[in-house]
Amino acid sequence: MRQKLARAFGGIAIAALVFGGAACQAGDDDGDDGGSGSNAACGMKIGFFGALTGDAAGLGIHMRNGTKLAIDQYNKDNADCTAEIVEYDSQGDPAKAPALATQAVSDQKVIAIIGPAFSGESEVADPIFQSGNLPTITPSATRPSLSTKGWSVFHRGVGNDESQGPAAGRYIKNVLKAEKVYVVDDQSAYGAGLADEVKKVIGTPVGEDKVQVKQTNFSAVVTKIRNSGATALFYGGYYTEAGLLLKQLKGAGWQGTMIAGDGVNDANFITVAGQQNAEGTILTCPCAPATSAKGTFVTDYKAAFDNAEPGTYADVSYDITKIVLEGLKDGKATRADMLSWIKAYNKAGAATGVTYKFEGNGELDPTQVIVWAFKVQAGKVVPDVEIPKA
Amino acid sequence: MDFDGLLRDFPDLTTTGLEQGAIYALVALGYTLVYGVLRLINFAHSEVFMIGTVAALGTWQAMGYNQNSSVNGVGLTLLLLLVGVAAAVAASTLTAVAVERVAYRPLRRRNAPPLAFLITAIGASFVLFEAVGLFSDNLGIGGERGPFGMVRPFKPAELFSIGGWTITNTQLLTVLSAIGMLIALDLFVNRSRMGRGIRAVAQDPDTAALMGVNKDRVILLVFVLGGIMAGVAALLWNVTYAFSRFDVGFLIGLKAFSAAVLGGIGNLRGALAGGLLLGLVENYASGLFGGEWKDFTGFVVLIVLLMFRPTGLLGESLGRARA
Amino acid sequence: MNAHVDKVRSRGFAMRNRWQNMPPQVRWVALAALIIFLYLLPNRWFYINLWYFRTMESDMATVLFETSFFVLLAVGLNVVVGFAGLLDLGYFGFFAVGAYTVALLTSPESRFGVEWPWLAAVPVAIAVTMLSGVILGGPTLRLRGDYLAIVTLGFAEMIRLYAARNEGIANGQRGIPQIPHPVPEIKGSDGQPWFGVVDARPYYWLTLTIIIFVILGVRNLTRSRVGRAWVAIREDEDAAQIMGVPTFKYKLWAFAIGAAVGGLSGALFAGKQSFINSDSFQLTNSILVLAAVILGGAGNIYGAVIGAFITWYLPEWVRGIGGVIGLDINVAEYRILIFGAVLIVMMIFRPQGILPSRRRAAEFADRREAAAPTEASA
Repeated sequence: MRQKLARAFGGIAIAALVFGGAACQAGDDDGDDGGSGSNAACGMKIGFFGALTGDAAGLGIHMRNGTKLAIDQYNKDNADCTAEIVEYDSQGDPAKAPALATQAVSDQKVIAIIGPAFSGESEVADPIFQSGNLPTITPSATRPSLSTKGWSVFHRGVGNDESQGPAAGRYIKNVLKAEKVYVVDDQSAYGAGLADEVKKVIGTPVGEDKVQVKQTNFSAVVTKIRNSGATALFYGGYYTEAGLLLKQLKGAGWQGTMIAGDGVNDANFITVAGQQNAEGTILTCPCAPATSAKGTFVTDYKAAFDNAEPGTYADVSYDITKIVLEGLKDGKATRADMLSWIKAYNKAGAATGVTYKFEGNGELDPTQVIVWAFKVQAGKVVPDVEIPKA
Repeated sequence: MDFDGLLRDFPDLTTTGLEQGAIYALVALGYTLVYGVLRLINFAHSEVFMIGTVAALGTWQAMGYNQNSSVNGVGLTLLLLLVGVAAAVAASTLTAVAVERVAYRPLRRRNAPPLAFLITAIGASFVLFEAVGLFSDNLGIGGERGPFGMVRPFKPAELFSIGGWTITNTQLLTVLSAIGMLIALDLFVNRSRMGRGIRAVAQDPDTAALMGVNKDRVILLVFVLGGIMAGVAALLWNVTYAFSRFDVGFLIGLKAFSAAVLGGIGNLRGALAGGLLLGLVENYASGLFGGEWKDFTGFVVLIVLLMFRPTGLLGESLGRARA
Repeated sequence: MNAHVDKVRSRGFAMRNRWQNMPPQVRWVALAALIIFLYLLPNRWFYINLWYFRTMESDMATVLFETSFFVLLAVGLNVVVGFAGLLDLGYFGFFAVGAYTVALLTSPESRFGVEWPWLAAVPVAIAVTMLSGVILGGPTLRLRGDYLAIVTLGFAEMIRLYAARNEGIANGQRGIPQIPHPVPEIKGSDGQPWFGVVDARPYYWLTLTIIIFVILGVRNLTRSRVGRAWVAIREDEDAAQIMGVPTFKYKLWAFAIGAAVGGLSGALFAGKQSFINSDSFQLTNSILVLAAVILGGAGNIYGAVIGAFITWYLPEWVRGIGGVIGLDINVAEYRILIFGAVLIVMMIFRPQGILPSRRRAAEFADRREAAAPTEASA
């Protein structure tokens, strides 16, 4: 009995020692190395939030590269007071977004977010950014409803689908002159929204259907499209599903043309669909071709990224990152200051030539919005024509 | 409910449904054989199918043909088909046997409860498809977890139409192959000596062992047969859809299993009937309710069946109907 | 080989016996110390001294929270799979139902538009999940073994496919965002709500407290008539029925309790994550929880806890260690692959799990002995 009691006391004593020792040691707190001295804010981080792996990675990678290029150039010119990029790979998946957004908000050094790249993840991540007062500028999330939620941190560097959708519709009506149009969307925030906007312009399509993100077998939809006699198909969604759908359509003998939005506007679309099948597809974008960007952007991009051509929105991403970098240079070291800086900004971007001025709800100044149509020709996405406003 | 759509598309939905159903049927044969003999749902069979598709496309790619190549000439077509079927069958069979050896046999030795078998099957399935998904980039067949494109040995084309019903070459090939393989398998199981062994073990393993049947050899044979069926199904899939992916097996496997149950688990002809029927029902449902309900219907069929008629349409009968 | 395995096994038994034989005072003190340790864990000033045992890269408190709700799920599934012996492959569906119920009742974005506070929605979520457990169990529990597994899987997939259509109330892949956090009235020291966005500790503590209560509840249940009925059903259902045990009723109970725990876990998760979508229903999540339970030892509550801890914490920890060493190992990506392999290996070498229940271990030993003659000849 005494032995057992002794053991019990011994156990308690050891436990007490361990806890006491732990509690006594004041934990190391991450000291705040805020920039002191020079006017510019140093050591801050700019987050890129978007799909860097997964089915939609092609789009995210180019935007991240644009951001990285801007930051790298800034760091070269400001070697004593640099900024850092932090990548948040959401895979374009709204389910992965909240954890990453929370991570970004809790890291006080992250002063702004470029992104989220997609509308679905924006719907989920932006409320979290709002609660942390972390300013965001998205180079590509085009769902119109994002600016109606009252998020002061939300800014959009391109036009939204209320311009892109009708523009695509006008192209179908006026340029393709298609009488029978079939509309398919992937039920995502972006795809469904864009398809709705297109339908407003083209009227009642000859048929509509919905598919799922990550769906691979489209045989039911393919049958319906073929039998509807549609000569044009509008697809609202991202390039992997679009590519697979088009491949199966062509395999079933469909001869029509596919039109899709910026979510499909990527070289990977051609890889998934197969060169022959993708030929002639029309892709829109509320942006000018990145390959015709102004200044030295294209050459710089190629030099920095293994001679790759800048993809969709790479130039937009570059320009909006520079907005944040200029803010850092001007000494804006807190999120609140950076937010006011962005809201007051009114200058032309070096690569796109667009004058970035944000309205009260975060939308880009409507006079600056442009929509282009691209075409898949000989295995590459090439610019076709700018779609005029109405 | 789109009745007009259903009526208008009925011929197409039927032929496409039969085509899809034939593939289900071939995969279902694998499930039904294993279940009939071992009373085990071979979860990993779906990955056996998927690996067959990957092996065929990998071989074609190694020969220099990818999705942008064009195939001219009957000779090349036949060559691709033969090579494809050989690669797919070899890979599927090897995978099936490997799973049996590594995952199931040790459990049989230890007389593990059925729960253990099912869990191991799930584990094997996961290992296989994750491996393909993660390493597909390294294998050069497609991005990580991305879709795999591949060459089409022949262009899908309409062969003939009879009054509104068009039949394409892929459809004809698929359905005929499925029926052909079933007949071959049926003959083998019912007429040959080894087939008798299979039926004996299905009926009563211990008595069969007493009568001199080598249980292990029979079990191996069953997995090999299942693998062959899956390999052929994999080639037909490649020819029809020209794409694959690491997760393509899961849904096909579940539906094939439904088909097996639908026809009567353990019943070979039931597997064919079940597969074709399921393919049709799914397509009709998607025509009626919309494309997004296709998979949902498959599951509804499975659940309703298991709950109300687990013996299926043609009844269980590899050996004889079991309680 | 066998001799070695037997030696390890007997050592395990010996350790267990020693623990049981210690005087209750010692056991209580040790347990209390463990609980205090767990509560202190997410505090930075505490865990920073744990040397390399903490997660280096991800936020420890967040990882602990995720582990804790995974533990809760494992405890719940353990009731269904471990105690009642029902193989449920769609367990994560209950989690999702709970989370969706909370989302639909509380979020300003939901189609219902009722906007209740989180705390009010939780009991409703539990009730709805229990109801769904009964609805699922009713028709399916008459099936045996394999068929039950497939049907539960089928049901879970059906719910997912239904939820994935964005026209319905579940809003598909876009999901329901802006679920409010629990109890915004409790304010922290800086005037902000204690259950905020950034700090995961309050959520962890809440979940930890709930886990302790649930474990106590389940333990009591297993020592009651219900628990004994479960054992009887698991060992031989027909015999149990002949002996007068209302097997169906108790199986349904197991399902309902498991579902309730799953739903509670979902409600907690939704409160922290403030977003839920149809991807939560994915099958791989159900399989992960099952793997955790089997790995830890089905039928043993603490086994389930350990299994869940290993399943969730370890990949994060490895990723952190990899970062320290300078390697970019993202083990979380390989998680499913590793667990598939783990399942296979576990079933071959230690099907009773790491910390098996005494009864289970005995069952397996019996079966092994029955197989011994053939093993000797092989």
